[in-house]
Amino acid sequence: MRPPVFLFFTVLIHGISFAQLPIVDATGREIRPPSKVERVYAAGPPASMLVFAIAPDRLVGWTRAFRPDEGQFVPPRYAALPELGRLTGRGNTANVEVVLRAKTDLIVDVGSTGATLASLATQVQEQTRIPYALFDGRIESTPATLRALGRLMGDDASAETLAIWYEKELNEARERISRVPAAARPRVYYGRGPAGLQTGGRGSINVEVLEFLGAQNVAAEAHAGLVTVPIEQILLWDPEVVLTTDPDFWRLAWTDARWRAVTAVERKRVFLSPHLPFGWFDFPPGANRLLGIWWAGRLLYPAAFDIDLRAKVSEFHRLFYHQAPTAAQLDAMLGEPGVLPR
Amino acid sequence: MKGLSAYLIALAALAGLVVLAFAVGRYPISLSEFVGLLLSKMGASHRDLAPNVETVILQVRGPRVLAALLVGASLAAAGTAYQGMFRNPLVSPDILGVSSGAALGAVLAIFLSLGAFLVQMLAFAGGLTAVGLVYWVGSRLRGHDPLLALVLTGVVIGSLLGSMIALLKYLADPYNQLPAITFWLLGSLASIAPRDLAIAAPLALAGLAPMLLLRWRMNLLALPDDEARALGVDTARLRTIVVTAATLMTAAAVAVSGIIGWVGLLIPHAARLLVGPGFGRLLPLAMLLGAAFLLAVDTLCRTLATIEVPPGVLTALIGTPFFLWLFALSRRSW
Repeated sequence: MRPPVFLFFTVLIHGISFAQLPIVDATGREIRPPSKVERVYAAGPPASMLVFAIAPDRLVGWTRAFRPDEGQFVPPRYAALPELGRLTGRGNTANVEVVLRAKTDLIVDVGSTGATLASLATQVQEQTRIPYALFDGRIESTPATLRALGRLMGDDASAETLAIWYEKELNEARERISRVPAAARPRVYYGRGPAGLQTGGRGSINVEVLEFLGAQNVAAEAHAGLVTVPIEQILLWDPEVVLTTDPDFWRLAWTDARWRAVTAVERKRVFLSPHLPFGWFDFPPGANRLLGIWWAGRLLYPAAFDIDLRAKVSEFHRLFYHQAPTAAQLDAMLGEPGVLPR
Repeated sequence: MKGLSAYLIALAALAGLVVLAFAVGRYPISLSEFVGLLLSKMGASHRDLAPNVETVILQVRGPRVLAALLVGASLAAAGTAYQGMFRNPLVSPDILGVSSGAALGAVLAIFLSLGAFLVQMLAFAGGLTAVGLVYWVGSRLRGHDPLLALVLTGVVIGSLLGSMIALLKYLADPYNQLPAITFWLLGSLASIAPRDLAIAAPLALAGLAPMLLLRWRMNLLALPDDEARALGVDTARLRTIVVTAATLMTAAAVAVSGIIGWVGLLIPHAARLLVGPGFGRLLPLAMLLGAAFLLAVDTLCRTLATIEVPPGVLTALIGTPFFLWLFALSRRSW
């Protein structure tokens, strides 16, 4: 009799200890995921993207439903997942009961890991008894965040594949950037808003791609958040390249007399970031910004970034969105006025 | 004469501020460059000017200075008219919902990802619609003092519009639309282009002109309706004209500048302190002071730091102590 009982307890203890093996998230909170994670609610777009990339069938829904022009970039059954709202501290729209009703086993968020969000996570976790993990959303942290998410969801293998690939891409980008001498790095202004007067200073999440690229952000000394700057200040900075995410500003820059004196406008170097299905350059601040690195790298350092942008985009889409874009979709994405020099 | 000296001082201050506003900014322009540009514009021989000098003076500072003057004068005039009409010192131009309506229009346009021009147009239309609605509902609430009905309707509908703005902020995309909405609601003259002025100036002047022409009769609005009628004045009609004019100029101002508080509340008090409550002398002075005040504030906004300072923050920082000081100073009834 004894051996089977012993075995039974061994298995039981082993099972329990496996289920309760705590994983420490980026805020230092211990997360105890259930032994089998089936349904994951991602609290914001950067988290949705990573969960979707690792294990699309575990994602219970999107924080915001895809718009018609966005949905075509992911397989239809995933584009049709329900809209559940977001729960990330900056204007929550998700109802905790909806998260519960979606039979969620695990809540994850990727982005800022400050005390406000950590306390929100703890509070929701106590309320719902669903483990709530937070991970760092910075570009540099993406491979580590992918691995941590994979471990939490029990998808180590596919997360590892993505993490290795992402690391390889970042390393390739770093290597290419290192070929560019400091003197050859143009002065760049990133303009947001319809008049292009909003920008981010050093450390702002909005210019992370620019900082990864080691470009000279003319507004580096401004506040490390989103601020408005006077147009006179931009004339004084006189950037050689202007990047934007706002199509209105991109059009305005060519017609408005105030911008005519800016070197970037004179040299026809004002570029508009693609935005489908997720923006490349600034928002949402997730893994999608790898494409922003390739895109802006090619614009800023054409010699060092002699890459096949179409291939880069295809590969990223295939791995992270589970569907390589068609030639027509690529044409549309890269052929939009302002995306690439003509 | 007290009134005349106040006018002369205000005019001199305004002229000085305009010169100062053209002379300072983030982009350094020397006096000789400035004079050189003026001379070349007046047909003098063409001297070599850095191309940016003309851009900065004519395209950047010029429209911005004019916009500050226009918005300041409009808000102050509307505030003066409303404070007189409603016989209430706490009234500001947005009492009938023009700012809330304009804000809802602009926020809706940002929420729908419409372009900058449509944001302005929807803001202007939203301001007019809100006041139209308040006026229509308020005039249908019979059996009350018409002014009280109007103020109450304005407050109630204003808060309804506020909650609709809150709903749109809540639903907006947090990475792109929400910051855009926040920046709009903070108000700023940073993005003023000549085109904005070309649209807003005629609309604001269309409101200012009738008010200036009618200013001598507007004292009668402070009288109870029956007394004014005994004097042969149709107060209801006069009131409609004043509200329409005030709304037109405020909506035009808010559409290009966003919401800038305090000017419309503070300046009428300052002007009244100088020339008394008589509308005929009060209104032009309030307009001069409003223009000068907002120009001074906006010049600080664009020169204090590398980044823009929101004007609403400065008007409140200056306005609060100034308002309390004025209040302590003035013993007579306003």
